[in-house]
Amino acid sequence: MLELSARGAAAAIAAGSLSRGELFDAYRARAAADRAAAGDGLNCFTWVAERAPGEDSGAPLQGVPLAVKDLFCTAGVPSQSGSRILEGYEPPYTATVVSRLTGAGASLLGKTNQDEFAMGSSNENSAFGVVRNPWDRERVPGGSSGGSAAAVAAGLTPWALGTDTGGSIRQPAALCGIVGLKPTYGSVSRYGMIAFASSLDQAGPLTRDVGDAALLLRHMVGRDACDATSLEFPQQIELPTAERLDGMRLGVPEELTGEGIEPGVLQAFRHTLEQAQELGAEVQSAHLPHAPHALSAYYVIAPAEASSNLARFDGVRYGFRAEGASDLLDMYTRTRHDGFGAEVKRRIMLGTYALSSGYYDAYYGRAQRVRTKISEDFRTAFQSVDFIVTPTSPTVAFRLGERTGEPLSMYLSDYCTVPMSLAGIPAISIPCGLSEGLPVGFQIAGPAFSENRLLAAAHALEQAIGFDGGAARG
Amino acid sequence: MSDYEAVIGLEIHVQLATATKMFCGCELSFGEPPNTRTCAVCLGLPGSLPVANARAVHLGLTIGLALGSQLAPRSIFHRKNYFYPDLPKGYQISQYDEPLCRGGRLGEVRIHRVHLEEDAAKLIHVGSSGRIHGSGASIVDFNRGGTPLAEIVTEPDLRSPEQASEWLKLLRTTLRQLGVSDVNMEEGSLRCDANISLREPGTSELGVKTELKNMNSFRFIERGIRAEIARQGSVLSEGGQVLQETLHFDPGSGAITSLRSKEEAHDYRYFPEPDLLPVAIDDGMIEAARSAMSELPAERAGRFVKIGLSAETAHQLAFRGELGDYFEEALAADVEPAAQPQALANWIVGELPGRLDDGEDPAGSRVQARALALLVGLVQAKRVSVGAGRQVLDTLVAEGGDPLAIVEAEGLAAMDSDDELAGVVAAALAANADAAERVREGNAKAIGPIVGHVMRETKGRADGTEVARLVNEQLGV
Repeated sequence: MLELSARGAAAAIAAGSLSRGELFDAYRARAAADRAAAGDGLNCFTWVAERAPGEDSGAPLQGVPLAVKDLFCTAGVPSQSGSRILEGYEPPYTATVVSRLTGAGASLLGKTNQDEFAMGSSNENSAFGVVRNPWDRERVPGGSSGGSAAAVAAGLTPWALGTDTGGSIRQPAALCGIVGLKPTYGSVSRYGMIAFASSLDQAGPLTRDVGDAALLLRHMVGRDACDATSLEFPQQIELPTAERLDGMRLGVPEELTGEGIEPGVLQAFRHTLEQAQELGAEVQSAHLPHAPHALSAYYVIAPAEASSNLARFDGVRYGFRAEGASDLLDMYTRTRHDGFGAEVKRRIMLGTYALSSGYYDAYYGRAQRVRTKISEDFRTAFQSVDFIVTPTSPTVAFRLGERTGEPLSMYLSDYCTVPMSLAGIPAISIPCGLSEGLPVGFQIAGPAFSENRLLAAAHALEQAIGFDGGAARG
Repeated sequence: MSDYEAVIGLEIHVQLATATKMFCGCELSFGEPPNTRTCAVCLGLPGSLPVANARAVHLGLTIGLALGSQLAPRSIFHRKNYFYPDLPKGYQISQYDEPLCRGGRLGEVRIHRVHLEEDAAKLIHVGSSGRIHGSGASIVDFNRGGTPLAEIVTEPDLRSPEQASEWLKLLRTTLRQLGVSDVNMEEGSLRCDANISLREPGTSELGVKTELKNMNSFRFIERGIRAEIARQGSVLSEGGQVLQETLHFDPGSGAITSLRSKEEAHDYRYFPEPDLLPVAIDDGMIEAARSAMSELPAERAGRFVKIGLSAETAHQLAFRGELGDYFEEALAADVEPAAQPQALANWIVGELPGRLDDGEDPAGSRVQARALALLVGLVQAKRVSVGAGRQVLDTLVAEGGDPLAIVEAEGLAAMDSDDELAGVVAAALAANADAAERVREGNAKAIGPIVGHVMRETKGRADGTEVARLVNEQLGV
């Protein structure tokens, strides 16, 4: 039962050969054990539902359990975005995307661990402690959706919801050997997602295979009157069936496939390109001349927005408030000093500086111009190729603590994923093999709203690769 | 201080008369219990997102059209970042370098810009100080938080406290007539900051300005600006320099205190609000604003001039909309004898307001527009003297009723017979022999006591011009 894909489980429930209650209980037991073990286990879950949902609703997702990243607001359920500053916070409302999914029949299984406010690439910045990679417990699962990725990889949930700002779905999916999709910016409502960087944040699925990613995404997309930046998705998301890539032109950008990519990762990537060619794809080189500047622009724009988004955490109305303050300023200072972790404070300071009077043009203004250039790069590239393909992460999962002292080397984890985030275009990571016994991710990016084509191509490749994630599920 | 010229610009915050708040669906609050008109959005809860109120944009455009501003085809909301307990997100959504409207003019004052933003919540400080410092506790009521505001910024075209207050009244009337706001200063739906600087007369350079915050009545605005002009004047006279700072005027003590200096000024770190799309204005939205707009004061004044009013009277009636409405109702009353428009208007802007409470709408008084029209008609037809007419108006204000009946009851009809009046005049000359002598010697001003005597004797029924004519005739002047 636990080996079924999410859509396989839904089909079995619909056919009457599987009880939704039994399925839920089986996953609940695994998730609850993880929660109980906390730091002694993988530490994927921050909260696990007590009870199985009610009986048959007939809705398409058939009660299949769903794990949801902590930063999605869930009414009456702790939602603290991995931060101490939201200690004990239970929102009065539920995020639109979670409501849509439960409305489509998904059962909330639990909330998953993450880097604090989605800031991190290793899930080591969490008030709930680090998450471990089920492929090697001494290694990180990636981040920031590390809890969701590790939980899916370890078979603690059939699938999970994550968010991606600069790679926070794709990179942990790659490091944990699962599928992760960052949809087109605006296609999934952000209402109820505790914001990190508003112009980049996007919810997406983390799943065992491409078919499940398509099914979950189908019930996520759509315009939401509560999110002014959301858009109606132009088509229904189809469940992919493609087996071939005939005529597909895959563009390999030199800028993201050269220096800095681990040899083992590059080898797995090149092998996958060969498999793509065997399926009929045409592989050619592509150019994203501004992509090398993406990380710099990202580390101005995202912290700038974050410095403003996180201003509301002041101890006045909810969450953590430091004791013993002498006046208002002291209360703000102590609360934010004690409530935020080091990485969050680092980014708030970066962002505050970038927006300061006299520096705005040099930093924020220039970063926005770079962002525009990167979007143009992709537009130009998509005139001659159907997709851009890269390794998802320059490395396989690294050791716990290996990069915590070096923020810059940590930031490089998102070198290949950040350009797509800045351009707002969809990108998927699928597992394409192992290097040193650890999963390698293959990233496919397409033009805005090309999700159906993207999923079809990813499906065809997935079939050819035949990656087996069973080892991590134990 | 009389050596200096004051240069004053105003920043006016107007609460817009929408049904719901600027960025959420909460109804606007009118004195409901605290924190009952709130939601995740206006409380700034984690994960909530703003959605701009289309009605507020419509009202903003209406203001822009009325002020003759340029309407931006595309304007942008920015975040204005600062920490304060009345600001639940840690930033206010406002507009910065791409406002909804730019430029324009109202009367003699140029408009710099009009932009949209959200109001802050209301802070109540417990304890004697009334300020956050030194209070035992502060309580926040988020009902007001998120109320749509239009901020109207003028160019520094005002030169005196009185002019500032007068102009603000003109703006209030204009906004009220547009129906965009309640414009009630006491309830805070119209709030005003003033930027004030002094300079040598005849120079065009601007001096260092101070900003006087949040004055909530016309009286306070006038007093506050006057006090600040005096303060700056004495600083400059003593050879000092005015410091750029934000000031608070305490209407109770008349004291001006500093809220923050230039060095302490916030760096608001403005940047485009990523949760909102730019506001795109199309012809349909502009047309909707134009067609929803009632006649503007300037247009109305023009119409009044065409029916024979002086420019000044037309302006007075048009810019105090309630007087204009009353005038039009009186004009339409079709009384016999008919009142000429200018004469009628003179009574409405001259005689009537002084007899009513300050700012009272005559439509709400006991004086029916038709009654006033008839009274003016009677005066013009010389069936009632001007003096007697004023007495009739006193009675109308106090008791209401019909002017003809009052004239009858109080015996105020003009004296028909010249003989009767000539007799009263002769008696008055006899009783004021000294004055009569001086008039005869050519001192025209000496006629006063004589006319006064006649008026007393006739209870004001006599026509002043006729009395003067008879006096001169009888004295052979």
